[in-house]
Amino acid sequence: MSDITRRTLLVEAAATSVIAGLFPTGTASPGTASHWEAIPPRELIRQQHFPNLQLTTQHGRKVHLYDDLIKNRKVVINFMFTSCAKACPLVTANLVKVQRILHSRIGRDINMYSITLDPAVDKPEQLRLYAAKHHVGDGWLFLTGKPADIELLRRSLGFVQRNPLRDANKMNHIGVIRFGTEACMRWAACPGLAPADWIATSILSEIDGPAKGRIKGDPG
Amino acid sequence: MANQREIENARKNRLEIINAGLKRRDLFKMGLLTSTGYLVNKNGLSAWAFDDNNCGRGACHLGCSPKITPFLDPLPIPPVLPERTLADPGLSPAPQESPNNAINPVNQLPFEGRGQFNGTLRPGTDSFQFFSQYPPQHYFVQRMRANSNFRITSDTNIPAQTIWGFNQGGADPSDVAVTPGPTIVARYQQPIVVRRFNELPPQNQNGGFGVPEVSTHLHNFHAGTESDGGPCRYFFRGQYFDYYDTLQQAGFDSTNPPNGDINESMSTLWYHDHRVDHTAENVYKGLAGFHLFFNQFDTGDEGSGFHLPSFPQFDIPVILTDKLINPSTGLICFDTFENDGLVGDVQLANGKVQPFMEVSQRRYRFRVLDGGPSRFYQLFLTNPNNLSQVIPFWVIANDGNLLPTPVQVTSFRLGVAERYDIIIDFKQIAAQFGASVVRLENRLQQNDGRAPTNNILGAGRGTYCVEFRIGAQAADGSVDPATAPHFYDLPSTSLTDATVKPRISRTFTFDQSDGGWVVNDRFMSCNQIRFTVQRNSIERWVLQNDGGEWQHPIHIHLEEFQILRRGDRRSAATERSRKDVLTLNFDERAELFFRFRDFRGDYPLHCHNTVHEDHAMMLLFQVQDVGDNRTSP
Repeated sequence: MSDITRRTLLVEAAATSVIAGLFPTGTASPGTASHWEAIPPRELIRQQHFPNLQLTTQHGRKVHLYDDLIKNRKVVINFMFTSCAKACPLVTANLVKVQRILHSRIGRDINMYSITLDPAVDKPEQLRLYAAKHHVGDGWLFLTGKPADIELLRRSLGFVQRNPLRDANKMNHIGVIRFGTEACMRWAACPGLAPADWIATSILSEIDGPAKGRIKGDPG
Repeated sequence: MANQREIENARKNRLEIINAGLKRRDLFKMGLLTSTGYLVNKNGLSAWAFDDNNCGRGACHLGCSPKITPFLDPLPIPPVLPERTLADPGLSPAPQESPNNAINPVNQLPFEGRGQFNGTLRPGTDSFQFFSQYPPQHYFVQRMRANSNFRITSDTNIPAQTIWGFNQGGADPSDVAVTPGPTIVARYQQPIVVRRFNELPPQNQNGGFGVPEVSTHLHNFHAGTESDGGPCRYFFRGQYFDYYDTLQQAGFDSTNPPNGDINESMSTLWYHDHRVDHTAENVYKGLAGFHLFFNQFDTGDEGSGFHLPSFPQFDIPVILTDKLINPSTGLICFDTFENDGLVGDVQLANGKVQPFMEVSQRRYRFRVLDGGPSRFYQLFLTNPNNLSQVIPFWVIANDGNLLPTPVQVTSFRLGVAERYDIIIDFKQIAAQFGASVVRLENRLQQNDGRAPTNNILGAGRGTYCVEFRIGAQAADGSVDPATAPHFYDLPSTSLTDATVKPRISRTFTFDQSDGGWVVNDRFMSCNQIRFTVQRNSIERWVLQNDGGEWQHPIHIHLEEFQILRRGDRRSAATERSRKDVLTLNFDERAELFFRFRDFRGDYPLHCHNTVHEDHAMMLLFQVQDVGDNRTSP
């Protein structure tokens, strides 16, 4: 019944560069020169920050974080939750302004993602209502998922407080926007309540900046 | 340890999957494999888990760096940047008062990046103030480049690293970039221009962190905004940027024309990248170096002036930086998703892991700089062969400002960007303590980027930064600090002179809000100038740290300040000084005295924990002919 033998899995795993993750590191002892692996930096960032978790959009569509939302994309990410009283609506309103300033690009080459910190309550329907209430335009996804996955995602993306008490308070994760270009390994963050024109300018600097200074043939 | 247990459990789980003979399709259905065959990075499967202390693949965490044998390499002494003439091809076209905005056909950008603000050219701006009154006498060139063959240690376990640094100005590839960059030496009243080329690699070749858009700040010279290297004045690959300095002390166009107040002389400065939002990763990657200023008193020759140890042989700049190394790749790593700050477990001095220096039995001047990104230091001299010895030495300058007279200490604290010039008398140490080796040791415990703990570790239990191997006696013409020589007088403040009154007092509160860093509850924007200082006036600033969990080294450009009051305690003798970085302790309040003189333009105030700086703990103010009255801007 099982077509896949241990050896086949090993071969396939090697082909997809998973092998070092499947097995303990080789026979060389840690700390010696032969122990070093040539892991591409983009791959290191993916491993630490972009678990390929399954999420659901406000439209009910199932997506995988890295493959569908992050890989090769220019993204703007923040966290919110629909029952958040004070700051979240302000941040969302601010981001709506940003969306309007960047209107020709959101949903095209710049993707906006808002992820709920309260996935038990915020199902796609709640997210759709929240987006509608705030006049969120097209091309901006609101995402939910399994609570354990969302928690892992929050930590992976760096929305963390070292103080456990502060970390447990959702309000300490809604004030920062993270954005960048995955393929270029360029990431920045900006406060969600900074002036909208500054957020938009910052996003464009991050995303369009590398084009400046480019000469013909330059990989950029 | 939890860490080991998690790794072991994850390994067992993975082996179980393999032993169960699961099909690829089964794994995918279970949500354990992605469509492209990656094992899902889930808790319990991958070595990665919630825990900060996990050292799995990709981890860039404290405690995960490989151990490196210390004291293998001599302390690098950065070369002195050679001077060039206008005939040098690197200086063609010649530096000019207004920026060279002609468009370079190769990349469609202006040749010179000066005049750009947040990446956009503002024609007609950023001409050199006072250029015709103080024409340049010396010219220098530097090129910012990657160096992929940089060794931080000769420990063969550790591979060569890729750093971004400064070369000696030559166009040839053989003129490689180093970190720290070459030391720039200048003399007061001899104006200079430094031309910097951005020859960094493209963005997607940054090795995981670093942004090849740069603005080189001279910390903390009295300079025009156009030459200050502020956060919003970055330039792109393929451009150059001319930085001009009048080399006059503060007051040259106001209180003390034409050369400024001699008591505003500075000695030890550093230059480093300051690009808005990316300062931490760029400086960490290596974009920093020293810039030293001499004059008729701090001459560089111990036979004259204040008789301070001769440069370069007995006058040594030392930049302390701490790094993290990825345990899988052996390469220096930086997490750009981190908000609090980075502390490393690999200690470098002048770019080498825990180096040694052969010293003669005489006095040396060390210019010690905390190069960040976030660590605080409490530095002692430790005799590893007799840990109970308490070895004194002398502080002669704070943040590059010579004190009125040397102060004897047994340790000193540094926050990011602070500099202390110290004199160590190795002859006396050998005689009094019988030591053949002493080590500069950091005994301040710090576990994360927020702040150090209150713990000063016992001798030998800290981190050694530099080992000094004491050799034979040598001639010493330098002044003995024990004779209480007098250096400069401190300029008057409202404390010392009742007729000196600030035009205005302003308050700045530093805190965290909803996860982002704020000054007066507002965020940094290049588009916003928060207040206007009246040129040639006095201000009193109150700095308040409202975040009980973080300590913040606060830095203000353009002018040095004096501390009027600090918490509820009297300033230590070493702090009765002009300074440009004030480390605010938990919930601490400090009052500062400023004269803002001579130049017009915008400058930043910011936390110099470079990670906080990049997450908006900064604001811009300007100096203009008419100031405003915003007291909490």
